[in-house]
Amino acid sequence: MSEEAAAISSAAPSVAPSETRHVPGEGGIWVLIGGDLVLFSVLFIVFLTMRAEQLPLFEQGRAQLNQGWGLVNTLLMLSSSWFVATAIRAARLQLAGVVARCFGAALACGAGFVVVKFFEYGEKISAGLTLTTNDFFMLYFIYTGIHLIHVTIGMGVLTFLVSYSRSGGFTGDKMRNLESGASFWHLVDLLWIVLFALLYLLGGA
Amino acid sequence: MKSLWLSRTTLIWTLLVAATLISWELGHGVGFDDARAAGAAILVVTFIKVRFVVLDFMEIRTAPRWMRALLEAWIVLCASILIGLFLS
Repeated sequence: MSEEAAAISSAAPSVAPSETRHVPGEGGIWVLIGGDLVLFSVLFIVFLTMRAEQLPLFEQGRAQLNQGWGLVNTLLMLSSSWFVATAIRAARLQLAGVVARCFGAALACGAGFVVVKFFEYGEKISAGLTLTTNDFFMLYFIYTGIHLIHVTIGMGVLTFLVSYSRSGGFTGDKMRNLESGASFWHLVDLLWIVLFALLYLLGGA
Repeated sequence: MKSLWLSRTTLIWTLLVAATLISWELGHGVGFDDARAAGAAILVVTFIKVRFVVLDFMEIRTAPRWMRALLEAWIVLCASILIGLFLS
């Protein structure tokens, strides 16, 4: 391993000198991420406000969710994010094959997430629980639906990155494009982490 | 190649999985008798996870200081509002 590569891989990046600080990816992607964080913050607040007003109904709704699916999907999201973060590190080491495989593994986790959601929705709908059942299930379907749209877009990005990264040469614009895609996928992971807690885990109160 | 996988990134992933399992247990009545305390603990653990994703996976730890400050402020604000609403 070259000296530079060793320096990169061992960097515990807690204190970076100001000249090495950089925005991961395009500025534009961060405008999108910021907008999404604000939008979802509002959705989270709306959920807990409505929950406080109809606590027994929300408790009953939560009890009707399959928490095991929620847990599996959280582990899939965390793992896909880990593969993406590792892909970025491998790109800095110019390991094109590893980068493509890591993005591929992340994509597979994303596909697993969609399959689980598909079964979960099927389970709910066949039990007669739909968008119009009550406020809990209305929010459940809308929130997880909006998130699923993000997952689908992210999977499109990851599919592109798998082929884009095969040719290597991770510098300048190409590296920035990889970072933009990675940042978006981490956003998808982050939003699910909060949704999992709000929809599946919070009890009582 | 070994250092690619034996990395801080992998350590963070391990912590995130561990935190998920802890919040799962908290959500199933382990640790707290009081559901309010358990719920608040779940939200705290959730936003600790969010912070690790932001700082280490999104690499905001090495981003310009204003960007890190902005995102950290969002994490604290969002967590505080949600915990406040949950307990209200």
